[in-house]
Amino acid sequence: MSKLDHTIDRREFVAKLIAQLPDALIVTGLGSASYDVFAAGDRPENFYLWGAMGGSTSLALGLALAQPNRSVVVITGDGEQLMGIGSLASVGAKQPANLTIVVLNNGHFGETGMQQSHCSLGTDLVAVAKGCSIEDAFHVGDIADTAKIAERANARAGTVFAQVAITAEEPPRALPPRDGVYVKNRFREALGFKPF
Amino acid sequence: MSSTAVQPPQWQQEIFKVLKEGGVHQIAYVPDAGHSHVIRSAIADPEIQDVVLTTEEEGVALVSGAWLGGQRAVLLMQSSGVGNCVNMFSLLQSCRFPFLTLVTMRGEYAEFNPWQGPMGKNTQGALELMGITVMRADDPENVGEIVSAAYDAVFQAGEQVAVLLSQSLIGRKKWERN
Repeated sequence: MSKLDHTIDRREFVAKLIAQLPDALIVTGLGSASYDVFAAGDRPENFYLWGAMGGSTSLALGLALAQPNRSVVVITGDGEQLMGIGSLASVGAKQPANLTIVVLNNGHFGETGMQQSHCSLGTDLVAVAKGCSIEDAFHVGDIADTAKIAERANARAGTVFAQVAITAEEPPRALPPRDGVYVKNRFREALGFKPF
Repeated sequence: MSSTAVQPPQWQQEIFKVLKEGGVHQIAYVPDAGHSHVIRSAIADPEIQDVVLTTEEEGVALVSGAWLGGQRAVLLMQSSGVGNCVNMFSLLQSCRFPFLTLVTMRGEYAEFNPWQGPMGKNTQGALELMGITVMRADDPENVGEIVSAAYDAVFQAGEQVAVLLSQSLIGRKKWERN
């Protein structure tokens, strides 16, 4: 199953997915995944990473534990998830019911010149996620499957891991705000927290 | 495991008291003997999420996510873990997240294992290079007060603070098993 044809357009996929997640708190990995999420429409409930590579799933785990009544969705790339591969084990240990991890897998490090990633060289992140006891882990090869992911994310009935077979094409950059203090404060404000 | 319950050191009890009374809801850790009472207490406390990590840098991101979601969280590690965190610390500066880590020291006092030396002797420097304020607790009498002061600086003033818990607090590690 890991050798799906990579036919999905990343921008279209992310836009369709987010349109079905109006109330979700979204954390992006750095690079193209953050551009995709921003291109779908900026919103205060998006937290964009511009660095901290490997940290998106861990940050989302802390957020998901703090906000059990909100759906938390990570949207990241295969390279970013690979750098934080151990965070899948930490998520598996906690099993947050409101956390969904979506890995846009083009099998390459897009931001640095399209070198092949481990996901082109044998690693199957769905198998890794399952091995970390994230049972609801699956491959996505069809854009219609955004509904399958969104339904699960909105239900908050268990940790979800989806690896999406996107093409390696790079759409034009759409740059989210990179002032981390601003992004942090507006995110917290959207949740009703005041600055101290 | 001994069947007789051994009372944990007073200073470890005081650390947990500071965290609990301060309203910490998440305690993330890579374990160390010096943190064992706090970890056990977190696991036993239904109001605190204990999160075991595969590497310490996960914890830097995790406590930041907790703060985004309105909760206070702390990260427990030993000095070797500080080196694992260095790039992830940039998250704290870039977003100015409040950050409290408690670090048990190795490689500085009656150390048996030379492999602990290189990171242990540079733990404070590595933290300070990344903009994190370092406080030290050497005397068991002062641990509670120092952790409490760090706690206030972090969650009242939004600072990034590491408290180094001296290896002398934990004492010599017994290497030969009977």
